[in-house]
Amino acid sequence: MVTAGRGSRFPQATMKPSRAARHPILMHLARKHSLAIRWFHWINFPLLAVMIWSGILIYWAYPAYVKLDPSTWRALHVNNRLAEGMALHFFFMWLFGVNGVLYVLYTLISGEWRELVPRRGTLREAWNVLLHDLRIRKEPLPRKKFNAAQQIAYTSVIVMGAGSLLSGLAIYKPVQFAWLAWLFGGYQGARFVHFWLTVGYVAFFLVHVAQVVRAGWNNFRAMVIGVEAVNE
Amino acid sequence: MNSEKDLKRLSRRGFLTMGVAAGAGYASWKWLRTRPREDGVAWPFRRVLEANERIARAYFSPERLSPEFRESDLTRVRVNGSQGLKAPIDLDAWRLKIEGAATPVELTLDDLRQFPRRTSITELRCIEGWSIIVRWSGVRLADVMEKFPPPRMPQYLAIETPDRGYYIGLDIESALHPQTLLAFEINDSPLPIPHGAPLRLAIPVKYGIKNIKRIGTIRYTDIRPADFWGERGYDWYAGH
Repeated sequence: MVTAGRGSRFPQATMKPSRAARHPILMHLARKHSLAIRWFHWINFPLLAVMIWSGILIYWAYPAYVKLDPSTWRALHVNNRLAEGMALHFFFMWLFGVNGVLYVLYTLISGEWRELVPRRGTLREAWNVLLHDLRIRKEPLPRKKFNAAQQIAYTSVIVMGAGSLLSGLAIYKPVQFAWLAWLFGGYQGARFVHFWLTVGYVAFFLVHVAQVVRAGWNNFRAMVIGVEAVNE
Repeated sequence: MNSEKDLKRLSRRGFLTMGVAAGAGYASWKWLRTRPREDGVAWPFRRVLEANERIARAYFSPERLSPEFRESDLTRVRVNGSQGLKAPIDLDAWRLKIEGAATPVELTLDDLRQFPRRTSITELRCIEGWSIIVRWSGVRLADVMEKFPPPRMPQYLAIETPDRGYYIGLDIESALHPQTLLAFEINDSPLPIPHGAPLRLAIPVKYGIKNIKRIGTIRYTDIRPADFWGERGYDWYAGH
């Protein structure tokens, strides 16, 4: 019933003796997330948070797209901090970018990209996942590490990351990389893309956290320790 | 093998590692943010801004130009920043001083008009994020430097308003960039006072903060010049 157990260090189903009488279930541990993936994931979390927060400090100076009342900026203590925001952004951009590039390289070299990248039919499958998650469709989902909706989400967020790095570079050096800024529709076009991608991360984060909560502790723990408990 | 025991062991190890990593990350963050400031920003951030500057200067090419626009792309002009413009100015008595050349130089606006006139429509990008498209007319800073050369090529230029209320530093490559103008006209009119009459810098390879208004003195120097916003937490280089 589970695929991730193959080749795992814990291939055998074993019985837990002490509670076996009360809970006569067989449980085994199945490898889920590799050590590298877990590190990339958890390192990215605070780095992305710092990039978004410092981005807000920069955005304050010229809030072109979403306008907030000055009292709101002050209440959040994110007003008049442009220089600080830029210093943070141009420090942590390196860590954020390097972690992201290493993650992509790792998935390519290890072959784990196959579990993550959508393929033909993924869109239709993702629709079924959506209907299932909204309790509209009752049939169980096919068992695999990442369902179709996850594949689309996790691949999209990487494409978004690439978009953030490129649009960021176009904003950072719009003359040396004038061709890049041109691709984004000019300097202001690059700013527009950079901003809305960030809004996209926030949306991703909210859905992601909701799904993690819904999936439960065993799933969350697997992102920390790498293995998942599987009931036979 | 006992799965329940394995799970406990792996959980203990995994969450402990994560806790230690989170603690180390948080401590590093606190340490970074509490370092003594250097020109308005904690020194580790200043060091990285300077490292970024070295990379940018190594990559910089005078052949890469800021995009030029058509007449129809011109936007409404915007005035921002009046540091160095507060004292009254007698435009007839104004002179551009060049220090560090073989002999000291004082130029009138008419002297500057003897240089080949250059006009370009470029984007002025404010460090705040907005940008405007402006038609600048003036002369190339590189042409003026060529006429009044320093004994040897300096590393920097320091440019100041007459009262030194505003001052910037420029790396030599940006100063010599072909689009860097000493401008005396904005959108075909002589510069109004708030835009920096009688002479300002139009330097599209830099943020607006380096486009200094009401230039009084240009000085050739090998010592990294003070920069008004560079002293207030911003990137000294501020280059595009």
